[in-house]
Amino acid sequence: MGLLSTKVTCNSHGQDSSYFLGWQEYEKNPYDRVMNPEGIIQMGLAENQLSFDLLESWLDKNPDAAGFKSAGKSIFRELALFQDYHGLPAFKNALVDFMAEIRGNAVTFDPDHIVLTAGSTSANETLVFCLGEQGDAFLIPTPYYPAFDRDLKWRTGVEIVPIQCSSSNNFQITESALREACEEAKKRNLRVKGVLVTNPSNPLGTTLSRDELNLLIDFINEKNIHLISDEIYSGTVFSSPSFISVMEILEERNYHKDSHPDVWDRVHVVYSLSKDLGLPGFRVGAIYSENNTVVAAATKMSSFGLVSSQTQYLLSALLGDKKFTKKYISKNQKRLKRRQNMLVSGLQKAGINCLNSNAGLFCWVDMRHLLQSNTFDAEMELWKQIVYEVRLNISPGSSFHCTEPGWFRVCFANLSQDTLNLAIKRLKSFVAESSPSGAHHSRESSKTRSLTNWVFRLSSRVREQEER
Amino acid sequence: MGLEIEQPCVELSNIAVSDTHGENSPYFAGWKAYDENRYDEFTNPSGVIQMGLAENQVSFDLVEKYLEQHAEASTWGKGATGFRENALFQDYHGLKSFRTAMASFMQQIRGGRAKFDPDRVVLTAGATAANELLTFILANPGDALLVPTPYYPGFDRDLRWRTGVKIIPIHCNSSNNFQISPQALEAAYQQAQSMNTKVRGVLITNPSNPLGATIQRSVLEEILDFVTRKNIHLVSDEIYSGSAFSGDEFVSVAEILEDRDYKNAERVHIVYSLSKDLGLPGFRVGTIYSYNDKVVTTARRMSSFTLISSQTQHLLATMLSDKEFTEGYIKTNRERLRKRYEMIIDGLRRAGIECLKGNAGLFCWMNLSPLLEKPTREGELELWNSILYEVRLNISPGSSCHCSEPGWFRVCFANMSEQTLEVALDRIRNFMDQRATAKPKIPFRKIITDQAVIDMYSCLLA
Repeated sequence: MGLLSTKVTCNSHGQDSSYFLGWQEYEKNPYDRVMNPEGIIQMGLAENQLSFDLLESWLDKNPDAAGFKSAGKSIFRELALFQDYHGLPAFKNALVDFMAEIRGNAVTFDPDHIVLTAGSTSANETLVFCLGEQGDAFLIPTPYYPAFDRDLKWRTGVEIVPIQCSSSNNFQITESALREACEEAKKRNLRVKGVLVTNPSNPLGTTLSRDELNLLIDFINEKNIHLISDEIYSGTVFSSPSFISVMEILEERNYHKDSHPDVWDRVHVVYSLSKDLGLPGFRVGAIYSENNTVVAAATKMSSFGLVSSQTQYLLSALLGDKKFTKKYISKNQKRLKRRQNMLVSGLQKAGINCLNSNAGLFCWVDMRHLLQSNTFDAEMELWKQIVYEVRLNISPGSSFHCTEPGWFRVCFANLSQDTLNLAIKRLKSFVAESSPSGAHHSRESSKTRSLTNWVFRLSSRVREQEER
Repeated sequence: MGLEIEQPCVELSNIAVSDTHGENSPYFAGWKAYDENRYDEFTNPSGVIQMGLAENQVSFDLVEKYLEQHAEASTWGKGATGFRENALFQDYHGLKSFRTAMASFMQQIRGGRAKFDPDRVVLTAGATAANELLTFILANPGDALLVPTPYYPGFDRDLRWRTGVKIIPIHCNSSNNFQISPQALEAAYQQAQSMNTKVRGVLITNPSNPLGATIQRSVLEEILDFVTRKNIHLVSDEIYSGSAFSGDEFVSVAEILEDRDYKNAERVHIVYSLSKDLGLPGFRVGTIYSYNDKVVTTARRMSSFTLISSQTQHLLATMLSDKEFTEGYIKTNRERLRKRYEMIIDGLRRAGIECLKGNAGLFCWMNLSPLLEKPTREGELELWNSILYEVRLNISPGSSCHCSEPGWFRVCFANMSEQTLEVALDRIRNFMDQRATAKPKIPFRKIITDQAVIDMYSCLLA
C-alpha cells in the first residue's frame, strides 16, 4: 500500500488532547433539560448563543439577504458565479466598518487590506504560511487556545514556543517572559519569526493592557519580528478597561504609515464573526495587514478557503445595516456581562474565584485549592471528577499549556440561564461534599467508588480509540 | 535632511515570495484586454468576448426555479432552532444530510453504476482546496505527482505551492488524441527516478480539462494497474463528471473499483465539486471521496482549514436531496451542453477549424496548429495575440496548460448566451477568411509584467 505523508502520522493535529476528550464524553451523555437531566453540561465550548434572537428578527425583517435578492431583484447568478478571491466589495466594506465600530472608531481599516478566509482557523494558518516555515517559531503567551498547536504548526512546519505567564501578576505578559521565550527558541535552534497574541485572551477573558501592548511593540521592533494579534473576541468586551487594539497603539505612537512603514509591515490582525456574532458555521474570517506583500500572498492563498458568496452577501446586508450593528454590539455586550456576573458570583458562593475578566465567552476559574496536590496529575483527577461526577465539561488549564495546575476555563455563553444555574448548583454541592468539614467518610468511599468508575471509563475509552 | 538608514525588512516565508502560485504567467494580458473592453450585445458589440472562463451558465434557470419553489432551502423555517443550529454547526464531519445528498448525487451522475458511502465524503471549500489537501496528505515536500498534459493551469498552484510537491508531466499528444499511454506513464515515472524524486501518485482529470473528453475505460484500467504496480496513489478529479454530454460515455474510476470488488481501492481518491456541474463556483463546495480510511480521517481533520459554510450546506442538502430535481437537472444540463458543443464544433468546422473529438466539459480543444507562423510556443503566443486583439476573443493557449504541442487552444462555450457564441463564431469565420486571402501582420503587444495588473486579474485563473 502506498505510503501517506508524515502529516498523517504526526500528532500535530493535536486531537488527542484532553480538550477534545472532554467533548467526546459530553457527546456520549449530553445534558438535556427534559430527556437527560442528569447528563453532562457542556461548558467547554466557547460559543456565543446569547444574541441569536437579534439576528433572527433581522433576518425576518430582511428576507432579501438570504433570498439572493437585492432590492427585490434576483442576484442569484452573480453570486453563484462570484469566486473572486478579492472578496465581495460590499461585504468587505461592511466588515471593516463593523471592525472599526467595535473599536469605538479609534481605528479604521482599509477594505483593500482585508483578506477573507474560511474562518479564523484558516486566517491564522494562512498568516503563518506567509510569515514562517520549517525551522521558524512563533512565541505565544500561555495559557493559549489548544487548537493553535494544530492550526499554526501542522501543515506549516512552524514551531510554537510558549511565553510563560503566571497568576502572580494575573497572567500578564512580562519582558522577562518574552526574553526567556527567545532564549528557549535559541536553545531549540529555532528562528523566532513573530509573536502571536489573542486579544481579548482565550482562555483568560481579559484584554491586553496598554503597557503590555507597548511592551510587545517595543519587543518586536527590537527583534525585527512580526506581531499577529488575534482579535476574534474584540466584540465581546463587556466592561472596563475598554478594548485597545494593537492598531490603536501604532496610531498613538505616531507611527505613521509613511514615516514608519516597517512596523506597519510587521503587525497583522486576525478577525472572525464566529464569536462576536455567534456564526461559527458560516466560516467567516479575515486577515488585516498593511504589508502589501502579505496581503497579496494571503489573498492568493485564500483560494484554498474562500468564504461562500452566499454567506458574504447575507452578511454584507446584515453588517451594512448600521442601526442593527449598533444595537447588536451594545445588547450583546450587556448580555455577556450579565452572564459572566452570574457565573462569577455563583462560583464565589461555592468558594471558587475567577480571574478578574472583562471580555470573552468564558471565565478562567481558580480551583487550585481543590487539588489534592499542586500537580497536573491532580488537575487531571479533579477534572475527571468534574466531568464524571459533577457532570460538567470544563476545560483543564493544562490543555491550554498553563504552567500552573488548578486553573480551568468555564464557558458561560453557550447555554441557557437555567442550565448555567444548574451547573453552578452542582459545583456548589461538589465543593461542599469535598470540603474537610463535610462528610469525611462519604468522601473517602466516594473516592474509591469514583476511582473504580474512572478506571472502567478510562480503559473503555482507550479501547474505543484503538478501534478508531 | 536626516540620514536615511535602510531598515532590514523582516523576511516573509519562501512560500510567500515564491512564484509557484503560478500567477505571473503572460496570459493575464487576456484578462486585461477583456476587462478593459468587455463585449456587450448592445452597448459594446465590438468588445472582447470571454471564452477563457470554464463556467457553466446554461442551466441556472433550473436552479433558480427550484429555489423559488423551495424557499426552505435558503431560509431556516419558522421557529428559533433552525437558524441557530445551522449558524452554530461547524463540525468538520459536515452536515450529514448534505453528505448523504452529495453521495447520492455523485451516484446519479454515474447512472447508479457506482455507490458512494456518505461517511467517506469529506467536504472542502471547493475542489481547489480538495486537491491541495489531498496533496498534503499523500506526499511530502520534494515528492512528485504525475499529471498528464495538457492540464488545468491552476494545478501548478494547487498541487505545488504550499505543499512543496512537484508535478512531473505525463506527456500526451495528438497522435492518439492526447490519450494517456502506458509508455508515457512509465516515461514520467522514470523521469522522476532520474531526478531522485519519489513519486507519490498519479492525478488525472476525468473528464479532462482542457481536452473536453472522457478517459476511456481501457485507459483507466491501465492507469489503475500502473499505480498498483508502482504502489502509489491515484487521484481522479471528476469535477466535470456531470458535464459529460451523454451519461453512458463517462466511466468513473469508482465503477472500475466496484467491478474489481474494491481490490486495491485504498490507493484511490476522487475529487468532486459543484462548481462546474451546478454552476456554483462562488459557493465553494468541493469534496474528497476516499477509499482509504486513514486518508478520510486525516482529510476530515484538515478540512478544518477549509470548511463549507453551513448556510450553503443547508441550501444544497435541501436541493440535492430532491431526486426529482437532481434527475431532471442532470439530464437537462447534459443536453444543453451537448447542444452548445455541437453548435461550436459546427461553427468552427465551417470556418475550417478542427477540434479534438470531445464528449464532455464546458469547452472544446481547438487545433490551430496549421495557422502557426512557427511551430513553437512563441508562434502559438503570436497567434493567440492576434486572436485576442484582432478577433477580440479571449481563449486559452495550450502552452498555459503545459501542452507539448503548440497550436492548440481551449475555447469555452458554456459561459455565454447562444447569441454571443454566434457572434464569436462569426468573428472566427471572418478571421479565417481573411487569413486565407491576405496575411496581415499584427505587432506583438507587450506581455503584461506589471505586478499590480497581474494581481488584479490572477484571481480569475479558473
